[in-house]
Amino acid sequence: MPSLIRRLRSELFATPGDAVISIALLTILAAAAAGFLHWALRQAEWAVVQVNSTLFAVGRYPIEQQWRLWLLTALLAAAAGATWGMLRAHPRRDRTGRLWPRNDRLAVAVLIAVALWVPFALGLTPAIQLRWWLLTALLVVIRWLAGRFGAGLPPALKRLLPIVWPVLYLVGMVLIGGGLGLARVAPAEWGGLLLTLLASSFAILLCLPIGVLLALGRRSDLPLLRWGSVLYIEFIRGAPLITLLFLGQNILGFLLPGGLAPDRVWRAAWVLTFFAAAYLAEAVRSGLAAVPRGQLEAARSLGLSSAQALRLVVLPQALRVALPAMVGQFISLLQDTTLLSLIGLLDLLGVARTVMANPAFLGRNAEVYLTLAILFWCCCAALGLGSRALERRLDPHAVPSRV
Amino acid sequence: MSHPTSETMIEARGVEKWYPNGFHALRGADLTVRRGEVVVIMGPSGSGKSTFIRTFNALEDFQKGSITVDGIALSNDLRNIDAIRREVGMVFQQFNLFPHLSVLDNLTLAPVLVRKRPKAEVAEQARALLHRVGIAEQADKFPGQLSGGQQQRVAIARALCMEPRILLFDEPTSALDPEMVREVLEVMQNLAADDITMVVVTHEVKFARHVAHRVVLMADGEVVEEAAPETFFTNPAHERTRRFLDQIL
Ligand SMILES: Nc1ncnc2c1ncn2[C@@H]1O[C@H](COP(=O)(O)OP(=O)(O)O)[C@@H](O)[C@H]1O
Ligand SMILES: [Mg+2]
Repeated sequence: MPSLIRRLRSELFATPGDAVISIALLTILAAAAAGFLHWALRQAEWAVVQVNSTLFAVGRYPIEQQWRLWLLTALLAAAAGATWGMLRAHPRRDRTGRLWPRNDRLAVAVLIAVALWVPFALGLTPAIQLRWWLLTALLVVIRWLAGRFGAGLPPALKRLLPIVWPVLYLVGMVLIGGGLGLARVAPAEWGGLLLTLLASSFAILLCLPIGVLLALGRRSDLPLLRWGSVLYIEFIRGAPLITLLFLGQNILGFLLPGGLAPDRVWRAAWVLTFFAAAYLAEAVRSGLAAVPRGQLEAARSLGLSSAQALRLVVLPQALRVALPAMVGQFISLLQDTTLLSLIGLLDLLGVARTVMANPAFLGRNAEVYLTLAILFWCCCAALGLGSRALERRLDPHAVPSRV
Repeated sequence: MSHPTSETMIEARGVEKWYPNGFHALRGADLTVRRGEVVVIMGPSGSGKSTFIRTFNALEDFQKGSITVDGIALSNDLRNIDAIRREVGMVFQQFNLFPHLSVLDNLTLAPVLVRKRPKAEVAEQARALLHRVGIAEQADKFPGQLSGGQQQRVAIARALCMEPRILLFDEPTSALDPEMVREVLEVMQNLAADDITMVVVTHEVKFARHVAHRVVLMADGEVVEEAAPETFFTNPAHERTRRFLDQIL
C-alpha cells in the first residue's frame, strides 16, 4: 500500500504544476462519476430493461421453443469450458504452462460475479436465475475437469476437439431454426442479441475464406482473376453498407426465382458476409505482403507444391500478421449489424427501437441505449481478449508467460 | 575427404538469363559438377552467383542453354521441377526457417508431406540430424529463439532431412556474426566428408582452400576460371581472377 501511495505521488503530484492539473482532472472525473451514479441509481428507471429482458435476448422467439436456446447455451458453455481447460492442459511445447494462471482466476471470478449479480439485478424469476447459475457452474466445472485431466485423454479423442466448434455451429443452426424433427422457427422470429450474434458470427466465419481467396486473387498472376478481385474489393469498399443492404434485399429477390430467394434475414447475413470479405481481403493482403519471399522459396526448394507452401508456410504467417486488423474488421462488423434494424429486422437495435416506441416506456431511451452499449462492449471486449490470447499463443517470439 | 566420382551430377551449358526488367544476369555460364564433389563459387557481388545456383533447383528460370541435374533435364515441365527439387536441397543466406513452426517441425514438414514418410520415423531422423549439427537440445524451440549460427545449422539439418543428393549453399555465413561463422563452416566441412554433392557460394577463403575440390570464379554472368583450390589461389590462369583475389586476400 505505501508503495502505491508513493507511486501516485510521484506520478500525479511530482511538481506543483502537475499537482494542479491532477487535482483539476480528478475533480472533473469525480463530478462526472457522481453525476452518472446519481442518474443510474436515482433517476433512471430500469424497468424498461427488466421487463423486456427476454425481448432483448432473443426477440420474438416462441416461448415454448426457448428451451432449445437454453440447451444451445449449455452446449456452448460446455464447449467453451472444455476448450479453455484443454488449452491450459496443453501449453506450447516451448513454454511451461500453469493450469490456473492469474488471469484465468480473475476471469472466473468476474464470470461468477456477473452470473450472480446480473440475473438478480434484472429481476429475473428464481427459476431462470438458477439456470444462469447452473450454466456458469457448468462452464467452470468443465474448465476445471479439462484442465485437470485433459492432458491424459487418449490422442484420438483430442484430435476430435477442434471440430467440436464447427459441429456445434451446425447443431446450433438446427436448434435455432428447426429441422431434423424440431419445429421450424422462421428467421423472422429471431431477434435481439440472438439475431445480432447469429448474423455477425455467420458473416465472420464465411468472410474469412472468401476474404483469403480475394486477397490471393488480387496477387494472382492471372489477369482475369486479379482484375476481378480488384474490381470486387474496390466496388464493395466504395459503397456504404446500408445501400448494399437495401440493394441485397431487392436484388437477391429479383435474381432468384420465388422460393429460392433466401429469407430476408439470410439475405442480410449474406450481404454482411460479402461486405466484410472485401475489407478482410485487404487485411489479409497486407499480411501476405509481410511474409518475406524467402519463405516461399525455402518451402518450394524443399519440394512443397505451391498449394502446400501457401497453406502451410505462407498463409499461417500472413494470417498471424493480419490478425489484429482482421479482428478490428470483425469488431466493426459486429457493430455494423445494427444497420439491420434499418431494413426492418429486429436485431438488438431493432428490438430497442420497438421497445422505445412503446408508450409505456416513453422517455426511457437513455436506459435502453446504455444497455445496448454495454452489451456491444461486452461482445467486442470478448473478441478483443480472444484475439490477443490467440496472438500470444501464435507469436513465436513471445517470451514465456510468467503468471 | 571423399573423392568425387566421374558421374556427372549437374551439367550447365551456355546458360543465359534475362530478368523480367531486361537485365542480362547470366551470359552463357558453364559448369559441370560431379557426384560427391564440393565446388565453391566465388566472385564479386552482382556477378550472378546466386542467380546461377538458383537455376539448379528451378527457383529461377533461364532463357537459353541447358541444365541437367542428376540426369533430369530442367525444362518447364512442372513434374521435372518437382522431381529435381526433391533431390536438391538449398541453404540460404537469410536461413529462411519457418518462424511459426518449432525447430523439429521445420525439419519434418517436407519429408512427411512430400516424401509421404511416417511422422514418427522422420522425427527420429530429425533429432539425429539436430544432434549431428550440434543443437539436439533446441528441437522444441522456435527459430526466433535461436542465435543466427544455430538457425543456419537448423536450416542445414532441414535440407538434409529430405535426403537430397545435392546441397546448394548461397552465402550461408554472410549474414552471421563473425563468432558464429566457424560453427556453421564446421558443420559444412563435416558434410563434405560424406558423398553428398555440394555447390557453395561463399567468400570464406579458408573453407574454399581446405574443403573444396574445385573453385570457380564468376564475373559478369560467366564462369571465368575453374581450378583446383591450390592453383586457384596461388596461380590462377586469368587476370580477372588475380584482380578478384587481390581484393579479398
Ligand atoms: N529479381 C531481379 N530483377 C532484376 N535484376 C536482378 C534480380 N535479382 C538480381 N538481379 C541482378 O542480377 C545481377 C546478379 O545478381 P545475383 O545473382 O544476386 O549476384 P550475386 O549473388 O553474385 O551477388 C545483379 O546485378 C542484380 O542486381
Ligand atoms: Mg548472392
